[in-house]
Amino acid sequence: MMGQITPLTGYLLVAALVFSIGLAGALTRRNAILVLIGIELMLNAANLNLIAFWRYGPHPELLTGMIFAIFSIAVAAAEAAVGLGLVIQIHRHARTTDLDAINRMKG
Amino acid sequence: MSLIFYLLAALTVAGALAAMLLKNTVHCALALTAAFAGLALLFLNLDAQFAGFAQILVYIGAVAILVVFAILLTRGSETPQGGVFSRTWLVGLTAASAVFAVLGWAVVASAPLLPTAITPATAATSATAATPAPAVTVEQIGRALVGRYVLPLEVVAVLLTVALIGAVIVAMHEKEEAK
Repeated sequence: MMGQITPLTGYLLVAALVFSIGLAGALTRRNAILVLIGIELMLNAANLNLIAFWRYGPHPELLTGMIFAIFSIAVAAAEAAVGLGLVIQIHRHARTTDLDAINRMKG
Repeated sequence: MSLIFYLLAALTVAGALAAMLLKNTVHCALALTAAFAGLALLFLNLDAQFAGFAQILVYIGAVAILVVFAILLTRGSETPQGGVFSRTWLVGLTAASAVFAVLGWAVVASAPLLPTAITPATAATSATAATPAPAVTVEQIGRALVGRYVLPLEVVAVLLTVALIGAVIVAMHEKEEAK
């Protein structure tokens, strides 16, 4: 089982590592922008999985994994724009982006 | 596994780690750009040219700039007192480690079932010879986008329009109230 690492296994392990780093950052950082950065890293790790399975899967000519990753990139860009807009608005309201200090939903 | 894969994987993981560990938020944004670049190069290494260049354009070109804008607009580069990590950092770290343990175990345990698994019969050939690269042209991707995947494409178009308008409205709301 622990023989030579195949290419697909290597990519999956890298994706798992990046996903876990992003999750750790999203759960532990205090700055709201860095939490968003962690979420972006997690989305990117998922994209790497999709592309790796597309490349080494049985039917690459159907393009399923690649198209899925392209749509995922588009959705992630929209999410980043809205998320950072929200962070800027919260900063205007609360004068901070520290998530430990933002503890009220009512402005 | 080739040397180039290990180099790109090291660049990506190091960039991600630095983005989550550095104190100065602007440095974090720079490390994030390095991680995005490493991921784009990994996509190119996987023969996914279109996705790789889309990654460079969208993430390095747009998302990284947006992040830098947000950091500068919120003066986020100042290190707060009490450290950059939340009070409950131990819980978050434990959860992330558990997730990585489960993911890594799943990948390693299912390695023999994956499409390119090396069986003793094929070890001599498949260990060295890589799977032939799928020849995918941009024309094929375009035809797939307006053919088989036309409905998701339209949904993404609506989503991007909504996100554009929504982000502007969210960011401008207070100005209207002030007037």
